Amino acid sequence: MALKHVNAVIIGAGAAGGIVAKELAVAGLSVVLLERGKWYSPFECRKDDLRNQRVTALGSAFGPDDERYVRVFVDANGQEHLVRPSEGNYHNNAACVGGGTFSYGALAWRYMEKDFRMRSTYGAVEGSTLEDWPISYQDLEPYYEKAEWEIGVSGDDSKNIFRAPRNKPLPMPPMPPSREHQLLRDTAELLGLHPFDAPMLRNTVPYNGRGACMRCRWCVGFACEVDAKNGTHNTVIPKALATKNCELRTECVAKEILTSAQGRVTGVAYFDANDRLQEQPADLVVVSCSATESPRLLLNSKSQLFPNGLGNRNDWVGRNLQGHAYAGAYGLFDFDVYDDLGPGASVAVCDYNHGNPGLAGGAALANEFIRLPYNFTTVRPPGAPRWGAAHKEFMRKWFKRHTAVHGPVQEMPVFDSRVQVDPKVKDYWGIPVARLSGLNHPHTLEVAKYVALKAETWLKEAGAIQTWLKMPGRGLSGGQHQAGTCRMGNDPKTSVVNKYCQVHDVDNLFVVDASVHVTNGGFNPGLTIMAVAYYASDHILTTWKDRKFR
Amino acid sequence: MKNSKRLSRRKFIKLAVSVAASGSAISCAGTISPWRFLSVEEAQIVEAICGQIIPADQDPGATQAGVVNFIDRQLVGHLRRHQKAYREGLAGVNQTSLARFGKKFVDLPAPQQTEVLTALDKNEAPGEIWQQRSAKEFFDLVVSHTMQGFYGDPRHGGNRDGVSWRMVGLSYPPIRGRLRYDLTKPAPKESA
Repeated sequence: MALKHVNAVIIGAGAAGGIVAKELAVAGLSVVLLERGKWYSPFECRKDDLRNQRVTALGSAFGPDDERYVRVFVDANGQEHLVRPSEGNYHNNAACVGGGTFSYGALAWRYMEKDFRMRSTYGAVEGSTLEDWPISYQDLEPYYEKAEWEIGVSGDDSKNIFRAPRNKPLPMPPMPPSREHQLLRDTAELLGLHPFDAPMLRNTVPYNGRGACMRCRWCVGFACEVDAKNGTHNTVIPKALATKNCELRTECVAKEILTSAQGRVTGVAYFDANDRLQEQPADLVVVSCSATESPRLLLNSKSQLFPNGLGNRNDWVGRNLQGHAYAGAYGLFDFDVYDDLGPGASVAVCDYNHGNPGLAGGAALANEFIRLPYNFTTVRPPGAPRWGAAHKEFMRKWFKRHTAVHGPVQEMPVFDSRVQVDPKVKDYWGIPVARLSGLNHPHTLEVAKYVALKAETWLKEAGAIQTWLKMPGRGLSGGQHQAGTCRMGNDPKTSVVNKYCQVHDVDNLFVVDASVHVTNGGFNPGLTIMAVAYYASDHILTTWKDRKFR
Repeated sequence: MKNSKRLSRRKFIKLAVSVAASGSAISCAGTISPWRFLSVEEAQIVEAICGQIIPADQDPGATQAGVVNFIDRQLVGHLRRHQKAYREGLAGVNQTSLARFGKKFVDLPAPQQTEVLTALDKNEAPGEIWQQRSAKEFFDLVVSHTMQGFYGDPRHGGNRDGVSWRMVGLSYPPIRGRLRYDLTKPAPKESA
């Protein structure tokens, strides 16, 4: 039986869904926000180095669980593997209220102007679907600002001469530098680079009614036990609920989007927390499930009018799956670099994002988040023993005397790197699962090599007595930076949504998350996902006031 | 009717015993194992392997840190999918050891134990089990579980007293974070 009709259903309470829910609820629309995971509290941080979102040796702390979720991963040799969320090739993103923002490292980048014009800047790249975004940095600038002030960003990019123009500074100052930060900052200046305090969705002073970061070493992958890390779970979602116009339903798993005989969206069928099938009718539906789950849901929503799934008339749903090819270097020092001041990542340069000779794009470089002792067991120069007395001696000698600099290399999108729906495998609820296949573009790896060598130079200049590179493989990217699978564009033949995140041939269906990113910048994508969510919400509300999507 | 019922009951008991044995509440020798999954003999082999992967020196090694406890506990928990690998792999370690040195693994001196493990690591270990199962994959599994047990959070049964964290120079219990925030404890005095 159908539930009471509402104006909007938003599927996924992550970085984007939480923002759209708040914007719509504040404007007076009745909203149902569906989330497949639970709502965790800061007290569930646990600081468990074997069970969090980054190290999943004993499972993922904030979902999805290994028991009910599975995917099919096709490797470089075409072999199929059934993979569980705690395995790397699943390309997991957290399933909980707040989504990835509940446990991320919280770097808060604005993409640069050229990141929205990759095709115009660099021309066509063979074997890649590299394209410009249909919107510019200037279109998003006010929404970046809104995200920075409403969700809360600290840092200081005034020394970053490459930054795109901004109207307002960041609301919070950077945190005092750690020893590693000072060393790398001074060295970068010696090299003629332009280091600055990386922007973070993190309180460095009391803000939004919550306290400041206490600088522990358990940050990326963990919940923040003092609630100083800012996501949608502790900002916009509580605001949405406070309007009384928004109902959050957790542990609800979307099955398909329902359509009418006229080809319009009528609501969502989902399994509730007790595994009962429910139908939620609505005037409009917003899909914000992540770049792997959003295309899966569209592809699973088949009907007579949409035999290949929603938005998929031209076979573009699920295409161009990308993430970031992380490249960088490790260095060993003959003095202590480590001073136990979290979170780690703090000093960055944007000197290598663009303008690298002969290369398309690049990456921001920054010091890596603190590597806990277990993470450090695999940080070894090539050929170093993996076990035994020498391995242990390496741990003891170098844990406090090593550091890492790396960056998220902007990827060249590949049409055949994709999310499909598997024809055979189903999850616990009987819903066909995502099937991931494809490879990274070779040029992405060329850029990665260049960026890694720059990181190594930085570490050597800082006094590292031994350095080695950290290079990505040819395997598919995705993971927590997954993007690109429901491309935004003006031409319905080569994209899935228009420049307002509206599915081309279904005007009351929206995809709002990193799926719409045409390219993914040389930066962590969190703040851009948020900015696009504010921007798309504005359009939804304008149309709503105009004709209510009826 | 009565007969068939008695028969099925006998069958049931037989089944129950075999299940218990394969679950290794009782080891081959018939001694009751104090472990959850491992038999007494298997636990000794695990302990010896871990002791080579992270040997004791001026700091405690994997054996002293209770890594065998970690592995046994996780084999009935999140790592239960590796039960078969351990059951067969540990038998395989003895096969290799007997083939190479004519002794069981736990009876070998340390250098010879390292030789056996190096053979596994190179996937060049003699032993019937390694015809069906990759010796290297099994060894890699034990290496990663040993690292988890030794360097991971003590709450999972290894890293006793935070020995590995203290070894790398981290305070244990941690001084930043939880203690500072724990309102049940008096506020730490700031040093001048």
